Amino acid sequence: MAIRQSIHRRIYNLGASAIGTVTVVRDLWLLFIGAIAGVLRTMRRNDPSRRPGEIWRQMHSMGNRSLVFLVVTLGFIGMVMVYQSCLQLARVTGDYSQVGPQFIRLAVSDFAPTLTSLMLATRVGAGIAAEVGSMKVTEQVDALRMCGVAPIDFLISPRLVASFITTITMSILACGIMYGAGGLTAHYSFGVNLNIFFDPSNVRNSHVILGLIKAASFGIAIPIVSGYCGLAAHGSSEGVGRATTAAVIGSSFAVIALDFVISTLALLVMPGGV
Amino acid sequence: MANVISRFGSATAAAITRVGTSALAISHEVGGIAVLAGRVLRRLIPPRLDGRELWTNLFKMGNGSVPIIILTAFFSGGLMTLQSAPFVQKFGATALAGWAAGYAVLREIGPILIALMFSGRVGANNTAELATMTVTEQLDGLRALAIDPISFLIVPRVLAMIVALFALTVLGDLVALVGAAIVAHTVMGIEWATMYHSFADNLAPYDVLHGLYKSLAFGFAIALTSCYFGISVKGGSTGVGRAVNAAVVAAAVSIMLLDFFLTYLTG
Repeated sequence: MAIRQSIHRRIYNLGASAIGTVTVVRDLWLLFIGAIAGVLRTMRRNDPSRRPGEIWRQMHSMGNRSLVFLVVTLGFIGMVMVYQSCLQLARVTGDYSQVGPQFIRLAVSDFAPTLTSLMLATRVGAGIAAEVGSMKVTEQVDALRMCGVAPIDFLISPRLVASFITTITMSILACGIMYGAGGLTAHYSFGVNLNIFFDPSNVRNSHVILGLIKAASFGIAIPIVSGYCGLAAHGSSEGVGRATTAAVIGSSFAVIALDFVISTLALLVMPGGV
Repeated sequence: MANVISRFGSATAAAITRVGTSALAISHEVGGIAVLAGRVLRRLIPPRLDGRELWTNLFKMGNGSVPIIILTAFFSGGLMTLQSAPFVQKFGATALAGWAAGYAVLREIGPILIALMFSGRVGANNTAELATMTVTEQLDGLRALAIDPISFLIVPRVLAMIVALFALTVLGDLVALVGAAIVAHTVMGIEWATMYHSFADNLAPYDVLHGLYKSLAFGFAIALTSCYFGISVKGGSTGVGRAVNAAVVAAAVSIMLLDFFLTYLTG
């Protein structure tokens, strides 16, 4: 009897979480469409949700203020990656000539956009959820709606545009930082000639395009997921904390999952090409 | 001319002030985290902590994180295989697919991604919880009842996070290797046995240990930063959000710094 009950409960829980997942995905999709529509709507000069300069302000807070954080984290991870590959090569062949050309290929097509977006997901995602979430629990979002301003147009759309632009620019910057830091590590720790390391001949257009596609999709996913978590916040300060946590984990996971999907598609579409 | 010089001078002064202010703020935080680390360690010899709280936290942080860690590890293993795919397909070197993926995942990508996800889920949650308790003056309440908040709240959490992250990284390593094999089989058509031998022949036990002892350090760093920003929160509900934000950023920076120095020191 007890076993049957526990099986029932398990099936019930499984179904509940499946329905919950489907609902979340649908709501995220709706929020995405709504935010895109909001971007188009707020282009009109007399729209009530329009705030001149808001996108610039958001870009400043997402990009400029993450700069030190990104430079430190990605610089160090670039150094570690090159160090580990050289270490492994020292064990096998001792030929370091391919480290730089392969590293830049990987950095352009995968590591730079993914790691930058993971870092931005923790910083920007948490920031968006904390801001939107504390507006939600103090009923400022309802106040916006009462004033005839659509909360999504007002809060999410500018952040979507800002994050889209910032993630792409930051990924390009991060690629340079990783490459530079990695090159210096290879030079000073393993005596690799800088001219041999900084040889970008392996990078083809398809790698650059793949990297940009990844950065662009992560840049869209982060504000949508974190904005969703912020708008779903309820309760008091505890609710804001929970929303922030959910935003960090949700947007980081979205980055990893999207990266996997895009990489697989790229490999299937262009076998051997990417 | 004098006007230009004075304006330039004041701009320089403002820039220097800004750099100094942020340097002071960072030193303040690093110092606070170091003091907290000292307090936690002092309560471990002899161990003075709340056992029940330790078990609750171990369950909440460890078991609760299993699904997200499994997904992350699976994807990271698959991703590393996908990244090595062009090479493998170009040279037909299927025996090396497991080497590249396994080495990258076990040593670097696995521990880092798992630690980042753990920091997002457990660290941020812990900061939010402690910050809410601090904002609502529950820590002062504990002190008023002559209960030491550090041995009651902080020490069990720190221990639980270190143990949980270590255990999750062990699990994650396994899942990542399975993920690498599954992706190699479905996307690139590499046989299971080839992949297994590729792992077994090319990976040394030290590759696994290297990732695992780094995960111990990451766990300690995540625990300290999240507890520190939780108990040093200021100002109501916006303060809680800000504390969580600061905690995840500090955890990410310390993970990357520790990763570099541990790799550099121990190879």
